[in-house]
Amino acid sequence: MNDLFKEFDPLKDKMLRILDENGILNEQLAPALPDGKVPDFLRWMLLARAADQKALNLQRQGRMGTYASLLGQEAIQLGSAAAMGADDWFFPSYRELLVCIYRGLPLSNVYLYWMGNEIGSRIPEGVNMFPFSVPVGSQILHAVGAAWAAKLQKRKIVVAVYFGDGATSEGDFHEGLNFAGVLRAPVVFICQNNQYAISVPLRRQTAAATIAQKAVAYGFEGIRVDGNDVFACYAATKAAFDKARAGGGPTLIEAVTYRLGAHTTSDDPLRYRDDSEVEQWRASDPLTRLEKYLRARQLINDNFVAEAKAEADARVEQAVTEAEAVEPPAPPDLFQYMFKEMPASLKEQLASLTELFPLKENKRG
Amino acid sequence: MNLVEAVNSALREEMERDDRVMVLGEDVGRAGGVFRATEGLQKLFGEDRVVDTPLAESGIVGTAIGLALFGMRPVAEIQFMGFIYPAFDQIISHAGRMRNRSRGRFSVPLVIRAPYGGGIHAPEHHSESTEAIFAHTPGIKVVIPSNPYDAKGLLISAIRDPDPVVFLEPKRLYRAIKAEVPDGDYEVPIGNAAVAREGEQVTLIAWGSMVPIASDAADALAEEGIDVELIDVRTVTPLDSETIIESVKKTGRVVVVHEAPKTCGFGAEIIAMINERAFLSLSAPPQRVTGFDIVFPLLKSEHLYLPSVERISAAVRRVMEF
Ligand SMILES: Cc1ncc(C[n+]2csc(CCOP(=O)(O)OP(=O)(O)O)c2C)c(N)n1
Repeated sequence: MNDLFKEFDPLKDKMLRILDENGILNEQLAPALPDGKVPDFLRWMLLARAADQKALNLQRQGRMGTYASLLGQEAIQLGSAAAMGADDWFFPSYRELLVCIYRGLPLSNVYLYWMGNEIGSRIPEGVNMFPFSVPVGSQILHAVGAAWAAKLQKRKIVVAVYFGDGATSEGDFHEGLNFAGVLRAPVVFICQNNQYAISVPLRRQTAAATIAQKAVAYGFEGIRVDGNDVFACYAATKAAFDKARAGGGPTLIEAVTYRLGAHTTSDDPLRYRDDSEVEQWRASDPLTRLEKYLRARQLINDNFVAEAKAEADARVEQAVTEAEAVEPPAPPDLFQYMFKEMPASLKEQLASLTELFPLKENKRG
Repeated sequence: MNLVEAVNSALREEMERDDRVMVLGEDVGRAGGVFRATEGLQKLFGEDRVVDTPLAESGIVGTAIGLALFGMRPVAEIQFMGFIYPAFDQIISHAGRMRNRSRGRFSVPLVIRAPYGGGIHAPEHHSESTEAIFAHTPGIKVVIPSNPYDAKGLLISAIRDPDPVVFLEPKRLYRAIKAEVPDGDYEVPIGNAAVAREGEQVTLIAWGSMVPIASDAADALAEEGIDVELIDVRTVTPLDSETIIESVKKTGRVVVVHEAPKTCGFGAEIIAMINERAFLSLSAPPQRVTGFDIVFPLLKSEHLYLPSVERISAAVRRVMEF
């Protein structure tokens, strides 16, 4: 397993790629996946794409707040999520819609959150994830702490944490990797290097040739993978998880990908990047690549794709309906979760608010 | 021009006037800032003076302190006030102490600009108003304009100020109001509150994004026959207590409005100061209208959090009827 990390030492300018842009698989490197599982990967990616597009539409129609699209980043999100064990946990940033829904978060929760409805923030029991983290990079330390706890408790679980290339500039990234190295914590750092932090390109974030090589300075393995190749993403994450589970400590995965859309719905990428660059990356679309492979192997046909799309659309519509049916929280909901027991001072403040908004409270009984 | 254009204009003119002035932060260059406050500046002044930094607030403010110590006049942008906390260590541990620590030999003529406050349906962590934390930090000035004219004049003053200034911009007002703003040089001095509206019966005190709401409340109350004097604090620290005390002595009644949570909000400081200096002029206990001691809610609930004309009017009636 660790051979993969030796073989793809980032200091030797290597990047793991298993499925190329024409859908040709490198059989030697291909991870052991039953044929039946791979079409499922495409199904999930199509679902994410439909869910993403819907969110963008809802935002434009004023039915959703600011939204951060994952367009183009489906392969690393799915590949990494699929490589986790059932009991493993992850800490997302704000862009990991596909990781979240693959790992069991209802899509309607994701929608509710971006719609600005607090009720969406509650992660159901049994879904092993922590809330979205908006302050860039801050969740990295939490993952290290959680992995450290798992190690102290001798639980055989691994913790993954997602962040962008911009996050690698924050102090928290460096502190997190340093702690993880020192503690040999069972944590997998997954950097989705989508080339931009809002308008700032990678070369303005770091003078290093790769992000993966930063692991070396902290005393553990890093690996650079083609982030648009779901097989490479799966294989590297699986190896990192297996290594961590066996007591081998942390790994940093740099998934080289591209943000095809805007940073969020509030951003206009035309100000800082050329369409030609976007077009070039579009040719490397992770969905097209996987579809080519599956078709060549005759694992799917037109019917499959049409059905998967229809099914995705139906699930998305269902999630929107569910999310829009949820009433925004009444004043007590906003106060209730500050402390386990509401202190008298907050009760007073709440009372003054419910005087002003009695209707809202009545509605909920 | 509107408030964000006024900020842009102050930056541009100060950069033209003084080549030590530079702008640094996340997305300030190519993109012109996420609110377009630095729009066009990189084209005019180049990449060395309008710098897209790595995404690292402690890095931005910490290096800006070094730049300032070595003779530059850095204006650092923190994209949203909710993301200033990684830089807090640098602000509190170094920017605010350097003059004192070096017994006056070194100073940090640094401006840290940040959009603050809610009301624009932004995501989590994008709507906080935590000016009180900075006001509580020795050695830092905290300035919060409420209109385009003041924004330009105060920012020019802040850039020329020999000490570190945290300059908070009410983002819900960036494009909400237009006003006459002169081209060219003028200063609105730091440390001076403004009497935004003269009145006899009650003093309403506000700053930043709460000033237009307080002003609407004053209009509404005028119709009920209540004559409100509105003070725009403009500089939270150092506070212009004179203007406030003078007004309180005249009206004998006070309501302070702020968006930040109630507990240890800056309203408490103002009321304490009034109690110390004008207790015998008071005809009613001073009141606060504030945000609540809760995490700023997501967009569907932010109207429940933010002080409104109704809440302000109710508080004013309370002090009138006391
Ligand atoms: C500490 C902090 N500073 C600034 C921001 C504003 N902001 C939100 S996302 C972002 C860029 C993040 O880029 P990257 O880490 O590469 O992740 P990506 O969004 O590209 O997935 C910035 C500057 C923030 N959320 N948190």
